[in-house]
Amino acid sequence: MSDFFTVSVLVATLASGIRLATPFLLSALGETIGQRAGVLNLGVEGVMLIGAYAAYITALRTGSVVAGVLAAMGAGALMGIVYAFITVVMHATQGISGIGIFLFGLGFTDLLFRHQVGTPVPIDGLRGLDMGGLSDLPVVGELFFQHSVLTYVAFALVPVVWFAMNRTTFGLNVRAVGETPEAADTLGVRVNVVRTQAIIIGNVMAGLAGGTLALDVGIFQQNLTSGQGFIAVALVYFGAWRSSGVMAGALLFGVVSSTVLQLKTLGIIVGANSTIAAMAPAILTIVVLVLVSRRIGAPSALTVPFERDN
Amino acid sequence: MLEMVGITKRFPGVIANEDVDLTVLPGQVHTLLGENGAGKSTLVKILYGLYRQDEGEVKINGEPVEIASPAAAITHGIGMIHQHFMLVPTLTVAENVALGLHSRRGLADMGPVRKRLMEVSDRHGLAIDPDAYIWQLAVGERQRAEILKALYREAQLLVLDEPTAVLTPPEVEDLFATLRSLTNEGRGLIFISHKLTEVMDISDQITVLRDGRVVGRTTPSETSREGLASMMVGREVRLGRDVPDQDTGDDRLAVDALRVRGDRGNLALEDFSVQVAAGEIVGIAGVSGNGQRELAEAIFGLRPIEGGRVEVAGRPIATPTPKSVRRRGVAFVPEERMRHGAVGELNVSENLMLVEYEHRPYVRAGLLQFGAIAERCKDLVRRFTVKTPSITTQTSHLSGGNIQKVVIAREFSSDAEVLIVAQPTRGIDIGAAEYVHERLLSKRAAGAAILLITEDLDEALQLSDRVVVLYEGRAMCDLPRAEATTDRVGLLMTGVSEDATASA
Ligand SMILES: Nc1ncnc2c1ncn2[C@@H]1O[C@H](COP(=O)(O)OP(=O)(O)OP(=O)(O)O)[C@@H](O)[C@H]1O
Ligand SMILES: [Mg+2]
Repeated sequence: MSDFFTVSVLVATLASGIRLATPFLLSALGETIGQRAGVLNLGVEGVMLIGAYAAYITALRTGSVVAGVLAAMGAGALMGIVYAFITVVMHATQGISGIGIFLFGLGFTDLLFRHQVGTPVPIDGLRGLDMGGLSDLPVVGELFFQHSVLTYVAFALVPVVWFAMNRTTFGLNVRAVGETPEAADTLGVRVNVVRTQAIIIGNVMAGLAGGTLALDVGIFQQNLTSGQGFIAVALVYFGAWRSSGVMAGALLFGVVSSTVLQLKTLGIIVGANSTIAAMAPAILTIVVLVLVSRRIGAPSALTVPFERDN
Repeated sequence: MLEMVGITKRFPGVIANEDVDLTVLPGQVHTLLGENGAGKSTLVKILYGLYRQDEGEVKINGEPVEIASPAAAITHGIGMIHQHFMLVPTLTVAENVALGLHSRRGLADMGPVRKRLMEVSDRHGLAIDPDAYIWQLAVGERQRAEILKALYREAQLLVLDEPTAVLTPPEVEDLFATLRSLTNEGRGLIFISHKLTEVMDISDQITVLRDGRVVGRTTPSETSREGLASMMVGREVRLGRDVPDQDTGDDRLAVDALRVRGDRGNLALEDFSVQVAAGEIVGIAGVSGNGQRELAEAIFGLRPIEGGRVEVAGRPIATPTPKSVRRRGVAFVPEERMRHGAVGELNVSENLMLVEYEHRPYVRAGLLQFGAIAERCKDLVRRFTVKTPSITTQTSHLSGGNIQKVVIAREFSSDAEVLIVAQPTRGIDIGAAEYVHERLLSKRAAGAAILLITEDLDEALQLSDRVVVLYEGRAMCDLPRAEATTDRVGLLMTGVSEDATASA
């Protein structure tokens, strides 16, 4: 155990925690936007898988990481349109529809992968940035200045999302339609348009989250996301629908994941224990959800479809 | 400026409007009058694009227009103050006003909005704190926020669906001053109210609806309150009533030195005491937002009590919860019926049974007895003249006044010995209001202790054996009926204490 508590290992663990927090953060921020508008999407996991596959196959074929990132976002946008159609236009029950999206993403990416790729071929994935002197700083450099560009994007999105929610008319509309859609409607806010926009943005971020994951590990495999999308949904509750809270949750889960990995690498936990340790994020999710089950701050119209009854 | 021609609107089981014509001229107040469920709200909702008429045409300044959505109504210069507030509780007043407005570069810059909002509010005498959250505001203040929303958008034709139902006499006077300044500017108004005195005061034209049809058009100079009431109901109506003297029994409800905080953490009630004896109605009069809501909620266990205590039938209630308070024989008609009184998604019979469904004969061996329930519900619906297509209609589909009747029917029909009644006749038509008063008095005759919290001064003075005026969370007086005159109580409501008047 003492192997773990050395400065270099701790720093490496925290640094990789920040890296692992990236997909959590991106997808949970996206889900926050959707939920603030009153739409619950349990299908984040599926969208992440589709984003991950899109990024992987594109990067594999074109050799371009940038193209992979764009493909992931595009795939997310498509899934957003589909989900908006199902829930906003057709008024389908959101919980079940989200599970449907998840199952679709899981099966579809697996199918495509077998068809188009077969045996896993690694790709040239994301690389950490080299920020010269900053990156070379002891401790601080490894912690903060050697990440990939998408990690910085994800954390930069935290204040951006806050600003968008609280300081733009779009955010005002989103908060209103998630809380009291009837009132927003009487002021000429197009409730279902706002919700559709929020869903698409959220799904683009989920797609990007999946893409980040695939490009980070440089490989795709069945169920690559292994539940991260579901944890992202839980993080929205954990963060009480605020971007800063969501960030705290994402970091917590990132660090827990990296700690488990590190302990395994160091051989501190082995065998059956390591399987149990791998469940740590899932257990943590349940604990967290129980603790924050008060649902204070939940948008009042969450999961309630809107239609003017005439 | 506005013409509605041959408007017909059907809902499953009801014809809400049938061949209705309505003309509004610039600079005029056109009043719609009618019983609960007559179709007033439906007509104005069609105008505002919330409902779609089945037949008929809307013309603005002579041009036929299609109003398919509220957005279209707003572009046609129509503004609406809804019967049930259309405000987002988690946003501030300014944010509610800004909602749906176009802004440069998509930034919700509250600075200019607040500035203009304050201008509009000064110009029309509608004081408000632009940074307060809606959920923190009293009903009267929410009302002002609603009006400001429409005025901010430069509405030329303003629809006010029962705006005065939630206001006190001084607030109504202020509102009417605002309305007159609006008509002087050439705007047209559609006004809906059940209070005939107000209607006589403010209207230029009056259209009376009954069961969805126009049954009369008149002006205040051609008619009287009695005339209007008869036209509405379709039979002779006598207004006003005598309350027989009656001996009172022991104190049933005692509130002692109550201290309660409001939503904003302010002290909403301080050292407030009141006793209500069996067979007595104690009226709590006062301008909205002076602690009435908090008082009712505290007694009923919906709000924590910081100091003092509540006793029912001589025994204190340690920590009141709605269930424990109800078990002690207290019934409650809350002020905001849509929020605390009725569940909109449930049907009428379910709402009527919300309190008693756990008792025999409505449940046996854990199974609901639908026969017994239906019988009782039908009886209540008939006795309280709730206008509904059936007892299985979804409650949110009823007209505003009829939703209130559902709550009142439920609470008044229980055999509770203590009744806490907040704004019992707000928004209900004259015939039904008379009926509610009758029921209150017969409860009193049967020995119930009734705490009547009302902002309707006439109602308070007419029914109460004693009147307590609430001002900024404190009791200003506790006057027996004979001493509670309109002038005296009206003055106390504004916070001028008796000592001040005496020495002046
Ligand atoms: N969305 C709806 N679905 C079904 N029925 C409705 C709906 N809206 C209104 N109604 C019915 O139409 C009739 C007219 O209702 P409306 O709300 O216009 O009455 P009102 O005159 O405004 O009454 P009040 O004074 O009580 O507000 C009522 O019988 C009501 O039950
Ligand atoms: Mg109405």
